[in-house]
Amino acid sequence: MNKTNRELILAFESSCDETSVAVIENGNKILSNVIATQINSQRRFGGVVPEVASRHHIEQVTICLADALERAKVDYQDLNAVAVTYGPGLVGALLVGVTAAKTVAFAHDLPLVPVNHMAGHIYAARFAGEIKFPALALLVSGGHTELVYLKEPNSYQIIGETRDDAAGEAYDKVGRVLGIDYPAGRKIDELAHQGHDTFKFPRAMLKDDNFDFSFSGLKSAFINTMHHADQVQQQLNQADLAASFQQSVIDVLVAKTMHALRQYPVKQLILAGGVAANTGLRTALGDAMEKYHPTVTLLKAPLSLCGDNAAMIGAAAHVAFQAGERADLTLNADPSLEFDWIK
Amino acid sequence: MIILAIDTSNQPLSVAVLQDNQLLATTTFNYHQKDHSTMLLPLIADLLQRVDLQPDQLDRIVVAQGPGSYTGLRIGVTAAKTLAFVLKKELVGISSLAVLAAPLQPENQNTVIVPLFDARRQCVFAGIYQQKKQQLINLLPDQHLTLAELTAKLQKFPKVILVGHDAQQFNQQLQAELTNKITLATGVFDYPQAYQLGLLGRTAAPVEIHSFVPRYLRVTQAEKYWLAHHQEKLNEPLVEKF
Repeated sequence: MNKTNRELILAFESSCDETSVAVIENGNKILSNVIATQINSQRRFGGVVPEVASRHHIEQVTICLADALERAKVDYQDLNAVAVTYGPGLVGALLVGVTAAKTVAFAHDLPLVPVNHMAGHIYAARFAGEIKFPALALLVSGGHTELVYLKEPNSYQIIGETRDDAAGEAYDKVGRVLGIDYPAGRKIDELAHQGHDTFKFPRAMLKDDNFDFSFSGLKSAFINTMHHADQVQQQLNQADLAASFQQSVIDVLVAKTMHALRQYPVKQLILAGGVAANTGLRTALGDAMEKYHPTVTLLKAPLSLCGDNAAMIGAAAHVAFQAGERADLTLNADPSLEFDWIK
Repeated sequence: MIILAIDTSNQPLSVAVLQDNQLLATTTFNYHQKDHSTMLLPLIADLLQRVDLQPDQLDRIVVAQGPGSYTGLRIGVTAAKTLAFVLKKELVGISSLAVLAAPLQPENQNTVIVPLFDARRQCVFAGIYQQKKQQLINLLPDQHLTLAELTAKLQKFPKVILVGHDAQQFNQQLQAELTNKITLATGVFDYPQAYQLGLLGRTAAPVEIHSFVPRYLRVTQAEKYWLAHHQEKLNEPLVEKF
C-alpha cells in the first residue's frame, strides 16, 4: 500500500446507542463501516439509558475495530490518521470511543483528528456526491434540529436551531403515546402515508423572522388531542394522527429552510441526520427546492447513512485532517459540544 | 516480561510499568476523578518514554477490572483492552479490591482483610481476603452489599482489617457491631498502587480481549426494573452488528 496514493482514516463513533468503526479512503470511499446497534436493548426502556449504552459500547468497541480493519483489508501501518466523535452526545458513551481512538493513535503513533458528531452527519451526504460551497445544511436528528451554514470546507456556523425538543425527539415522544416502539420515526412515517392531515396541529414559529425551531408545542397539542379523545372515549384514526403530526413537522422544517436560503444564497442544500431518512421530509424538501430554489442543488445523505455511523465521521475527519486539525492524547469527551453561531 | 498496569477504578489514578516483579516507573494521582479521561493516555505515554520503552515492547497489560466508578472503570478497561488488541499483547484483569488487600500482611494468618468502596445508600462494594503462605486468598467474592449484610458475614472471623480510603467512614459503624474485631488500615494502604496491581497481574492467566468488560457488580437500575417486570426472554440479541 502506498500512503501517497490514498489517505486512509480509521474512524470511531460512540456518541449514543451505536458503536461504529469505519475505514474511509480519501474522504469519500467506504472501505468498511461496521455498526453495532443497541436498538433491541434500548427498546426495553423506551429510549436510550446512558449507563446501559456505555456498557454496550465497551462490549463492542474492539470487535467493531477488528471487523472494520479486516473488511477494509488494511493494517495499522496503512492508516494516515485516527478520527473520533468527541461530542455532542452521552458523556459515558463518548468516552469509550474517545479512549479507544486515543489508544490506537498512541499505540501506532498516528495523528488524532477530533470530529464534531454533527459535522459527521453533514458529511454523510459526501457519499451521495461532492459538497459545493457555500452550502447550507438542514440537520435533523433525535438530539438536534439545526440549520448550519458551510462557508468553505471545515467551516460550520449555526444560523438556527430548536429551542426545545429536537424533531426526532418529538417523533419518539409522540410514538410512545401512539404505542409505537422506540425508535418511532420510521413507523410514524409509514403510518403517515396512509392518512391525511385532518387535525391541523400548530406550526410553531413559522412567522418569526429567525431560523429557530420549536417542537414541544406540537408534541403537547398532539398529546392533548389524544387525551381528550380518551376522556370522551372517542377512537381517533391513527394514520390521520401520524399524517397530521408529520405534516406539521415537515411544513416547519421546509418553510424555515426556504427562508434561510433566501437570506443565505448558497450553491447547495444538504439534508442530513437521523430524521433525514424520513421519506415525507425527503420528498417535501425536494419539491420545495424545485419550486423556490431550482438553481440550488439538493444533496441528501444516503438513507443507509442517515443514522449514526463511523463512515460519516471518517468523511468529516478527512476535511478536518486536510485542514490540519489535530488533537493530542488529552482529548476529552464534550457532551454539549456545538458549532459556533454565525456572527 | 514488561507489564503496564492501570487502575482508574476510583478517584485515584495509578499507572505503573514493571519488568517482571521490578518496578520501572509509577505515578499515582489522587485529584479530580473527572480528569481520568484527559490524564490516562498522556501518563502512559510519558511513563513509557521515561523508561525508554516503545508501546510495542510491552508484553502484558494489567487493569483493575472493578468494582468501582462505572465511568472510571470504562476509561481504564477501554484503554487496556484496546491497547492489548491493537498491539497483540496479553490482557489481565484484577479485582480493584484485591489491589487494596494485597499489600497487607497480618501477623495472624486467620485475620481477614476487607477492602471496601462506598457504593452509597449504606451499601459498599467489598470482598473478604486472607494472606495464606504469601498468597492472597479470596474468601468472599467481591460483591455489592449493604453494610448490615457485610457485618453479618464478618461475625465468624476473629480479626478483621478494613482497608481503603472509604473504609474510614464506615469504621465507627462496623466497630459498634463488631466490637474488638476491627482494625483500620490507614495511610499508605488507603490508595491503590498500580505496582501492586502489576504484581498481582503478573502471574494471573491472560483473558480473551473482545469479551473483556468491567466487573461492575451491579446491573443498571433500568435493567433491574425491566428484569423485575419481564419474565419473558428476548428473542433478539441486545446488540446487532451489520
